[in-house]
Amino acid sequence: MPAQVTERQYQGKVHEHSRRLMSDWMGRLSRAEAEGQPTGALMISGNCVELLLACHILPMFPEVTALQNAIRHKSLPLILKAEQAGYSSDNCAYVKADIGLFLDGGMGPGKPIPFPTITVCNYVGCNVYVKWFEHLADLSGSKLFMLDVPFARTPGEPTQADVQYVVAQLKELIALCEGITGRKFDIDELREILGYAARAEEGYARSKDLCKAHPAPFDAYFDAINMMGPINVLRGTKEAAEFFDVAVAEFEELVAQNLGPLSEERFRIVVEGPPPYPYYKNFRNLFAKWGAVAVASTYSTVGGIWEWGFRHDARRPLESIAEQMLRENLTNRSITARYQQIKRYVEEWEADALVIHSIKSCRLFSAGQGDMRDYFTRELGVLTLLVESDLEDPRYYAEAQLRNRIDAFFEALEHKKLVVGAAGRRGAGALPSEATV
Amino acid sequence: MTPDQILEHCRDLSSQPLGAVAERWKATHPGGRVVAAYPVWAPAEIIHAAGMLPLALLGGGTSVELTHADARFQSFVCSVAKSSLELGFQGIVKGVDGFVFSNICDVARNLSSIWKRNFPDAFVDYLHLPQNSTSPGVPVYAANELRRLAAGFEQAFGLKVTEPALAKSIEIYNALRARLRALYAFRIAEPQKLSTTDLYAALRAATCVPPEEAIGWLDALLAALPLRDARPRDRLRVVVEGAFCEQPPLGLLEVLEEAGCYVVEDDLLLGWRWFTSDVATDGEPFERLGAAYVNQAVPSSTRHEGREHRSAGLIEKVRRSKAQAVIFTPAKFCEPALFDYVLMKQGLERAGIPHMIVEFEEKMWTFERTRNEIETFVESMLFD
Repeated sequence: MPAQVTERQYQGKVHEHSRRLMSDWMGRLSRAEAEGQPTGALMISGNCVELLLACHILPMFPEVTALQNAIRHKSLPLILKAEQAGYSSDNCAYVKADIGLFLDGGMGPGKPIPFPTITVCNYVGCNVYVKWFEHLADLSGSKLFMLDVPFARTPGEPTQADVQYVVAQLKELIALCEGITGRKFDIDELREILGYAARAEEGYARSKDLCKAHPAPFDAYFDAINMMGPINVLRGTKEAAEFFDVAVAEFEELVAQNLGPLSEERFRIVVEGPPPYPYYKNFRNLFAKWGAVAVASTYSTVGGIWEWGFRHDARRPLESIAEQMLRENLTNRSITARYQQIKRYVEEWEADALVIHSIKSCRLFSAGQGDMRDYFTRELGVLTLLVESDLEDPRYYAEAQLRNRIDAFFEALEHKKLVVGAAGRRGAGALPSEATV
Repeated sequence: MTPDQILEHCRDLSSQPLGAVAERWKATHPGGRVVAAYPVWAPAEIIHAAGMLPLALLGGGTSVELTHADARFQSFVCSVAKSSLELGFQGIVKGVDGFVFSNICDVARNLSSIWKRNFPDAFVDYLHLPQNSTSPGVPVYAANELRRLAAGFEQAFGLKVTEPALAKSIEIYNALRARLRALYAFRIAEPQKLSTTDLYAALRAATCVPPEEAIGWLDALLAALPLRDARPRDRLRVVVEGAFCEQPPLGLLEVLEEAGCYVVEDDLLLGWRWFTSDVATDGEPFERLGAAYVNQAVPSSTRHEGREHRSAGLIEKVRRSKAQAVIFTPAKFCEPALFDYVLMKQGLERAGIPHMIVEFEEKMWTFERTRNEIETFVESMLFD
């Protein structure tokens, strides 16, 4: 194995800034009940957070609570509580951690996480969302609004009929929110919010585009989490827009200085699938030691795919919210559309390999990733590694097994690079492009 | 024909591979097309109105060994998705020209596009059925989604679904569903004369033939069943809930009854008896079918019903069938059934209805443990 790769202390400003913004939001959430501030539960994927903001409803995201508990190593007792209540070991552990939080006394009146005043299920392809929010509404007694977003099942743009179907439901939601807050909805306020959203989207897209640089200025999988809070939870606020202004400036500076997150960028990878939050740092280290940097990831697009140019449009407020929910997020698109997304990442971000992290909890992401591997290895000749664990349940994380597979993969990759380099120096013919571990 | 003869015919029909069923029909319908629907519900009326044969893609059960599909789908994915895909890889569905999937769960969703990638010559459509059941625009949306499917058939096969043809197909399927409802009602009244394996045989066979043909022998069966000689026994009347997608092995259904139950209601092949009453027979047919999906659907774990609690439909089923208990039978890894189990069991407990859970897998072949569990449950109820 070559010289040791070290992590540069690069996370400074962006990480701290993100943490501060998210803490502020969590603080507001914990005070909401006492201050009489209505709250609205939403899912991350393809959400309409701008609309809730315009309706003066504080958004809350059970997925964020679940992942925060996982990253703080608090998820297992919550999952077990839910399983004792009847949830299956085969159910999504995100949901179980959320329900377990309630059963454990961490959610509800007078608790750090309040009950939502309204539960808005933005059903964008994930069928577990429907179940999760049915359960959340049941235990909290909150009004459940099922916002049905047709799956991206036809080629090209969403049809006008689909857009109008979603817009009609958004109008219905606005009326519901008006009833909750007693405040009249102001379309100009929504336009202003969408302006901030578009600015944040531009910044997020620019940040990701900067990862085309060699080395990439940040890890687009492990570090993207710092940006996913502001883009998915706080999108539409002035603070989130400003966050991305700062982040872009910092990343541009890193690119100018030729600096990446590691002391050396040996391998550029694309990562598919959510991370194992209970062992986030451990998992990261398994790649970092090989000098592997994620230059693009699919998980960072669950909330929205901004890198292909879509922006919320203040001139067409409800229509553009509908379009984003319908087409411009990973979850409402087919798994094979994701193959094409990854293919673009591999080609345009000049990646050496694809790493698929398959998680049991989220079948939307994972069901069929064997077929994905087949496509990339057999049809495209992209080196592909598939490993399994979970995003929330620590019982499914087997580090020794993961390390073996990851080490074997990068050894093979390194060998290939060496052989290709030697062959190139000798002017020899092409080497086989297929390899999988 | 006696009930036994009819049921033997049914078992023979449903034991044949899907491709063979398709080819047999095509032999008498030159140039005909066959479209199979993955669970739970698909508008068979539209397939039928295009002049095609609607079939059900229900996985491979115990008949197929996985040699390709388990490399595509992981170990934590339900068996029916993998064995259905395997049918494709092994050519067992050769002769079926199209496949319709819908948004019942995340696995089915991904299966649809993986099917399309691996079998590019087949027609594949993914229906987005509405999960919002209350907004005013939903029935119109549902009708448009059905029109989109019909347009897909026309584009792929050159077969147009005309309004008169669809109106006729709705009537035929109304008639079929009425027979199936009658069979269920008969079982509630006289479960000793119609076992669940027999009922399942009739139901499954109805997915293998044109509805007109199924109506013929269902009528004969309905006429003959009351004449069957069977004495009521001291058994526990139960509702079976959770097997709406992956097909339980017949051995499991047998064990349920052998262990002392009368299954008086279930959700087996739910999509083929989807509507609680006839779809309206006047008005634009796509709109009628779309509106029926929204307003006349049976309670299902794959459909959100905003007008009542998740357990309400099940409790109503228990009351209507005069059942004493519920046996949950979710397929292994079936998220819709496993999630609903929690809210349903809470509802049952509030209503004072006993319940137990038995997970199954389509390839399950040993049932002794299940038999013991059910016997214990039954005894605890009957001799309490």
